[in-house]
Amino acid sequence: MSREPVIKVRNMTAGYDETVILNNLSFDIYEGEIFVILGGSGCGKSTLLKHLVGLIPPMSGNIIIDNDDICSCNEETFSNVLKKVGILYQSGALFGSMTLAENIALPMREYTNLPESAIQTLVKMKLSLVNLDGFENHLPSEISGGMKKRAGLARAMALNPKILFFDEPSAGLDPISSIDLDNLILHLNKVLGTTMVIVTHELDSIFTVAQRVIMLDKRTKGIIADGDPKHLRDHSQNQFVKQFFNRLPSQKDMTGKEFT
Amino acid sequence: MKTKLTPNSHYSIKKGAGDTTVLQLNGRIDTESSDKIIKGLIRTFKKRLNTKLIVDLKNVNYLDDYGAMLLVEIKKLITANNGSFTIENAGDEVNEMLESLNFSSLGRQDPFTRERSPNIFIRLGDAAISYFSDLKDMCIFIGSVCLALLYTLRHPRSLRVNDTIDYMQKTGVDALPIVGLISFLLGLIMAFMSSVSLQQFGANIYVASLVSLSMVRELGPIMTAIIVAGRSGSAFAAEIGTMKINEEVDALFTMGFDTSRFLVVPKVLAAVAVVPILALFSDIFAITGGLIVGVGMLDLTANAYLTQTFKTLTLFDVVWGAFKCGIFAFLIALIGCLRGFQVKGGAASVGQATTSSVVSSIFLVILSDSIFAVVLRYWS
Repeated sequence: MSREPVIKVRNMTAGYDETVILNNLSFDIYEGEIFVILGGSGCGKSTLLKHLVGLIPPMSGNIIIDNDDICSCNEETFSNVLKKVGILYQSGALFGSMTLAENIALPMREYTNLPESAIQTLVKMKLSLVNLDGFENHLPSEISGGMKKRAGLARAMALNPKILFFDEPSAGLDPISSIDLDNLILHLNKVLGTTMVIVTHELDSIFTVAQRVIMLDKRTKGIIADGDPKHLRDHSQNQFVKQFFNRLPSQKDMTGKEFT
Repeated sequence: MKTKLTPNSHYSIKKGAGDTTVLQLNGRIDTESSDKIIKGLIRTFKKRLNTKLIVDLKNVNYLDDYGAMLLVEIKKLITANNGSFTIENAGDEVNEMLESLNFSSLGRQDPFTRERSPNIFIRLGDAAISYFSDLKDMCIFIGSVCLALLYTLRHPRSLRVNDTIDYMQKTGVDALPIVGLISFLLGLIMAFMSSVSLQQFGANIYVASLVSLSMVRELGPIMTAIIVAGRSGSAFAAEIGTMKINEEVDALFTMGFDTSRFLVVPKVLAAVAVVPILALFSDIFAITGGLIVGVGMLDLTANAYLTQTFKTLTLFDVVWGAFKCGIFAFLIALIGCLRGFQVKGGAASVGQATTSSVVSSIFLVILSDSIFAVVLRYWS
């Protein structure tokens, strides 16, 4: 794997209005790796993701995607950067008025000059990639939550982006769908070399897919751990990190015994 | 291999051994390059459909699903016209990719098309069925709201007072500026237009009668109702519709709440309570508008104008106007909520419900106003 950073975050401070949620954050995401952002509820994982894809500008600092600083570049560069990223939203965010095929074909129709039959072939391929063969003409309201998520993934990958962002991919999925999705992520990463940035707190999923993680903390408003998740689980000295990876409760359990 | 026919950095076409044609692809065949070369390739092969094509992938170092799509498209074109299509010299990675995409079976199925709409009889039948089920929904809804209202009458403590007051503010107080402004301008315009004719007969003073009577009896309530339909009826529909999509309505139901009592009653009661008051304000603003024209342009004194106004209006007129507005408010709130509950699916459906709530409530307002006019005519 080449060690070329594809996303560089430098001294970024993020938050809403007056409240700072993440303070002075710096990290790199390398090309072709599966990178997981994790942390407890409310620590700013989703906020960080929204900043990385340019939905919210940071309070200060820089975010550099593929050598373009998305905080200070012009509109044109920014829309070029957006073509290099695909995002899978928590509940798929499919457009309700379009069929699955139309949802997936939308970016292809907008951004490429492919003939219609080629687009149809591609849509079929993308749908079969996420195991949704035959659902071309279904509307998002007619399929289940897990299927919506997979269809959302097919749409996010419509243009084979360099970087894929996932917002809690396994939330609300049954264990089988969840592991299927994890395998799909690994498969895509292998065959297409796509960089994956995943926000999650599903432990199983983290140990299956993650090559490198950063862990955010609510109190310090920054990164408290980074590295290989299995190594962190077994060797971290930090109390919170240990608790997180080993599923230990934060307080005494119901029987009154104290965990150490 | 003899002649080079189409030189391009990504592909070249050569004559191969025997009567074959060789398409040599080079480098990365990915999203970008496929997009660039597909149209040219298809144009080229459309000119010679009946070929034995060999695709040489020797120099391809990367191929993704866009590249596979490119091959599928050419294959479809050639094989549909009795040509033959073979792939040669594919590297391991490329082969793996093609295999994982199930290349050999791709392009065999027919392309999908959007389902065509069925014939006219089926559509007519569908429309009739949906019309009647709509009617049924409406009856059930009105029934449940009536029951909920009766229940609230008998158990006044079950009313969600805070919600009701909140809706009163949103429907009434917040609408006051726009209702006032529009009524004021309407009074002004009516006085102005009627004065042109009435002045010819020296009947300036009757401008006051005309403005006050028509505004208090008819236009005031109708204008107020239309504004409320646009402001609040639509808001009710959008609010309940979004709640429906977010499964909040389901949550209320499963928590054991009566959705009509919880969502509809506060809105209906609030609207019925404040819209008549809005109508009274509208009367006052309209008369003020007429007064300004009367005093400013028609040489009437304010005193004369107002005296004439009070001479024309009876208490019954004012109460009748307010009463009508109460009925209008009931209809608007009811329709707004009904349309909200009818939302199914996604965001587009919320938009539809909002539009339909405004259109049907304005229609119902005008319709019931006509009925009131007829009733009043035969009653008195």
